[in-house]
Amino acid sequence: MVKAMGIDVGSTTVKVVVIDKNKKILFKHIENTKPRIKEQVKEVIGKVKERFKGEDIPIISTGYGRKLVEEAKKSMTEITCHAKGIYYALNTTGTLIDIGGQDSKVIVVEKYGRVLDFTMNDKCSAGTGRFLENTAARMDIPVEKIGEIALKSEKEVKISSTCTVFAESEIISLLAYGEEIGSILKGLHRGLITRIVGMINSVAFTPPLMLSGGVAKNRAIKEMLEEETGYSIKMPEHPQLIGAYGAAIISLEQNI
Amino acid sequence: MNVLKKLKYALMTNLIGKPYLRIERKKSEKKIAKLFNPDSPLNPPLKITAYTKEFVSSHYFKGRYIEGVKPVAWVTSGAPIEILKALGFFLIYPENHAALCGARKVQMDLIKTAEKEGLSNNVCSYVRTDIGSLLSGRTPAGKLPKPDLLLACSNICQTVLHWYRMLEKHLNIPLVIIDTPFVYNEIEPHQVEYVKKQLLHSLLPVAEKIAKKSLKEKELKKVIKFSKDATELWLEILNLCKEKPSPLTVFDQFVFMAPIVEMRGDRETVDYYNEMYKEVKSKVNTRKGALKRERRRLLWDNLPIWFKMRELAVKMAERGISIPISTYTYAWGELAPLMDLKKDEFEVIAKVYLSPILNRGTGHKLNTMVKMVKEFKLDGVILHSDRSCKPYSMGQMDQRNRLIEEFKIPAMLLEADQNDENAYSEEQIAIRIESFFEMLGVSYG
Repeated sequence: MVKAMGIDVGSTTVKVVVIDKNKKILFKHIENTKPRIKEQVKEVIGKVKERFKGEDIPIISTGYGRKLVEEAKKSMTEITCHAKGIYYALNTTGTLIDIGGQDSKVIVVEKYGRVLDFTMNDKCSAGTGRFLENTAARMDIPVEKIGEIALKSEKEVKISSTCTVFAESEIISLLAYGEEIGSILKGLHRGLITRIVGMINSVAFTPPLMLSGGVAKNRAIKEMLEEETGYSIKMPEHPQLIGAYGAAIISLEQNI
Repeated sequence: MNVLKKLKYALMTNLIGKPYLRIERKKSEKKIAKLFNPDSPLNPPLKITAYTKEFVSSHYFKGRYIEGVKPVAWVTSGAPIEILKALGFFLIYPENHAALCGARKVQMDLIKTAEKEGLSNNVCSYVRTDIGSLLSGRTPAGKLPKPDLLLACSNICQTVLHWYRMLEKHLNIPLVIIDTPFVYNEIEPHQVEYVKKQLLHSLLPVAEKIAKKSLKEKELKKVIKFSKDATELWLEILNLCKEKPSPLTVFDQFVFMAPIVEMRGDRETVDYYNEMYKEVKSKVNTRKGALKRERRRLLWDNLPIWFKMRELAVKMAERGISIPISTYTYAWGELAPLMDLKKDEFEVIAKVYLSPILNRGTGHKLNTMVKMVKEFKLDGVILHSDRSCKPYSMGQMDQRNRLIEEFKIPAMLLEADQNDENAYSEEQIAIRIESFFEMLGVSYG
């Protein structure tokens, strides 16, 4: 049976997806990125191959570590893979917001998952997952919970610092002044959202808005983005896997 | 004293300089041959490439011994130099010198020196490179001659005003500023009159006093003629790049444009471009492109990233991406038709130096880009958002959006800097470029 594999080696996590010829996900796997990426990838792919013993599954790699995947036939950038993945996951064209650990991107997706336009926030970490991760750690709250806490808060403090590192010191002083954790977290989310909205405004925007990347699991991000843009946001079932899923589809398309 | 200096100048430039530079040329020919081996995605460059280095170096070589032989002026790239040339001035262009430092990758040390002396890292990296060179005395050109006059023209940016005032204070020599008002639509007669007055009443008396002679109309006409001829040839060479495959890429042009900027007004520069034209034309006739395989053609907007030229040229060529033209290289050719030799020289000079792309509205640049995409049969645009060159980068965000939305031309913003490596993020830029290529349907393994 025809199968294809996509592997997305991101700055925070490694994602693997295997699909069948109908683009249905047969296998998925996520684990944290380790410092020795090459060895880690080899091991992960070895396990997948073990599972699909005897089958020759073509691989396409993507993500920051895409060139370290020796088993891959080819590597493609995250932009191309995310566009492809979201188009087939949601079956629509539109504008995809992908908030990853190391950067965030806004991609305008055309028919068949082709890229019409894109922009990236890759100079400053304040528009990335790392921004939230850092501050959650500073407050000693699991990162999965910060969205809920932020949404529960009525009050919102403005975080004026636009840099992750300096925002951390700002948070420390806000805490010292007795500000509620919830209102600080809401302010932090607002900071990130404002940056994303700026990026949406700088591309050839086409509705609907779609969301992917690990940060999409944070409910506050989705709700606040909807509030800021006035558009409802479509979410795929596995937002974190969209890059790997797209890579798998490209691999499938190129092998048929 | 001057007789001795003149003798030394003649001896060094003719008897020693020429043979020395010829040997250097042979060395570069060998180096080029090595770079363009059968595996290279680029075809071997023009034969004139090695001579270009010799030609430009000869200018700097003369500069080492010029003090006391000819009056020296340091000028901005868009300065009305024809007047100074006609008075016998030897010219140094600090902007070109900074670019040379960047291309030779020695600029970061100079930038550090300037920053240590208090220049902010927000200041243009050309300024930081040159001030660093002036303060430390280090330059790949050997030695730059001390100027007797500074001439800055506001047609390229406002930074040059501050830069040259700084030089004026440091060197304690006269500075002439030619103010060219911004051209929103068409050049107005009062603007021409205003610039002409400055040329006649601010620049001319100071320059004549330093040169110790009066300007002769015949000399000025001759210089303008050489400027015009070289500029026209440059334009014709660039227009040959409309052909498919393009005989040159923008990375060749960035190197070949040095003489049109810093040696325009000389007979030798006309000869140089004449030779180049013949070679490019023969490449077109035999349909030999700069790239072995040209899959897509793009436009480059803004200055080059001098310290990454070779890497970017190869990276693009590997994917079959050709960049046949840029707004920057074209800017040095498109003024040729304005140089009307029948008209009053000062009026012509005023008009020419009011017209550079940076002295005009952002809409003018957008229209120029759209026209170029059509004429050069291009598939997309790379807009280098150059942290140093604010006037060139201003408006690029809107230009990019309008290219995509109104004209359906794929366009990408590339954030970098002409000379400052600290403003260049290797991996991020690689991803952007690769994503853009994939978007254009050019993928790779």
